[in-house]
Amino acid sequence: MSNLEKYIEAFKTTFELGDESALPALKYQDIEAWDSVGHMALIAELEDAFDIMMDTDDIIDFSSFEIGKEIMAKYDVAL
Amino acid sequence: MIFQLDEKDRSAPAAVSESGSALTYGALLDAAGEVSDAVKSRSLVFILAKNTIASLCCYIGCITKGAVPLLLDAGIDGKLLENLIAAYHPSYLFSPEGRLSETGLAPFALHEDLGLLLTTSGSTGSPKLIRQTVSNMEANAKSIAGYLGLTKDERPITTLPMNYTYGLSILHSHLLVGAAILLTEKSILQKEFWQFFREGEATSFGGVPYTYEMLKKLRFFRMELPSLRTMTQAGGKLPSELHREFAEYAARTGRNFVVMYGQTEATARMSYLPPKRALEKTGSMGIAIPGGKLSLIDAGGREIADADTVGELVYEGPNVTMGYAESGADLAKDDEWQGRLETGDMAKKDQDGYYYIVGRKKRFLKIYGNRVNLDEVEQIIKNNFGLECACAGVDDHMNIFITDETFADSVRKSVSETTGIYFRAFEVRVIREIPKNEAGKTLYKELEESGE
Repeated sequence: MSNLEKYIEAFKTTFELGDESALPALKYQDIEAWDSVGHMALIAELEDAFDIMMDTDDIIDFSSFEIGKEIMAKYDVAL
Repeated sequence: MIFQLDEKDRSAPAAVSESGSALTYGALLDAAGEVSDAVKSRSLVFILAKNTIASLCCYIGCITKGAVPLLLDAGIDGKLLENLIAAYHPSYLFSPEGRLSETGLAPFALHEDLGLLLTTSGSTGSPKLIRQTVSNMEANAKSIAGYLGLTKDERPITTLPMNYTYGLSILHSHLLVGAAILLTEKSILQKEFWQFFREGEATSFGGVPYTYEMLKKLRFFRMELPSLRTMTQAGGKLPSELHREFAEYAARTGRNFVVMYGQTEATARMSYLPPKRALEKTGSMGIAIPGGKLSLIDAGGREIADADTVGELVYEGPNVTMGYAESGADLAKDDEWQGRLETGDMAKKDQDGYYYIVGRKKRFLKIYGNRVNLDEVEQIIKNNFGLECACAGVDDHMNIFITDETFADSVRKSVSETTGIYFRAFEVRVIREIPKNEAGKTLYKELEESGE
């Protein structure tokens, strides 16, 4: 699986999304599942998938699917 | 006037919003006065609340007028709201923006002492409410402000919705002392929250157990928060390890960490663990708040005097509310509890008189700080799907047992949607048969074992 696929998969698993069409535009609190609890679940999923440990600032900056991609780059995860 | 709001310094800030606009006590009284002019005294008002200046003014306006608000989350499920409207016939509805509309519904009679209605923090859609008086609210706010040593210099930042009793008690106790509340809709997982925290120089916040779990994952212990003095915790029992970590952090950094215990049935607060003993008494819910009394009773209702003996926790004090309402007609009911509440929580006390919660008599879980009644969830599933089911589990994780696998996904989705709680808190387990005794009662002990 490519990194991008893993990244997408983390969103799909955490929020139990059937398809990925809504992902590029998805932002924090856009869907009910992406609330504070869902957010921590997503971070945990990503940390597991890429074996990284994210900093506070990155966890709270992680406000959308797109911004998340930039943050992943900081951890040497090329998408 | 409630909390002697009219005696505060009119030019002092009462609330600051995340956009930076400040509301002085004078402006709060003026805005509340406009709301008071628009609603009739002794009428029932539903307020769809957010942590905003508009909602705060609606609420204070209703209370000072002698109207009776039911505070609801602005994001409440439409069907739940409809059910509540149908059950209680409010005369008015306030939108989250502060727009008032009249419903034209025939009102029910309200008891003269009734001052405020809150949901039981349950989100299963049960229309059950708690009936509070204004003196309940004032007594509890005074007690809380006393044991926390609150002054007008405090600047708490909101982390909980104001329709949630713990969030509301923070507003009340700080308005009482003339402090300024930092109102925000942002969560601790948003950058804007921490910006507001620093710029607004927040001195305290409150959190449910899940808040503290998140804070730990956010590496809270390494954050630079020079204005922070006090952290309070309620809304469920904090795991001892987490309690210890936050107590150690507080001791190390010269802050206070205050573990507390309460229920909406007692307005909000019943006990607190004095911060000086937070480390020594890890895992304890502390002692009764000023003006209150805690005791333990055995199954026969006799008081337990011995240390380390488990019994049901009983609280007595001026903040014990009038009782429940389950229908519009109940709004006229008298004070049913008369200042004494059997909490349904099982506890013990140590030699020094510090209490420890060990379990529950009633069948409910606390999920992310919300009380979720297991029997009500079973009822929802039975109503929606006509399925055999049983619910059990531990705090923050409910197990839903069903026997028909084809419904697993839809049951989970439906329960999550009805309760508004993230679906990962619910796990559906498919078993061959729900274990029952001869009388048809579910055997929950066997159930948990069969699911292993």
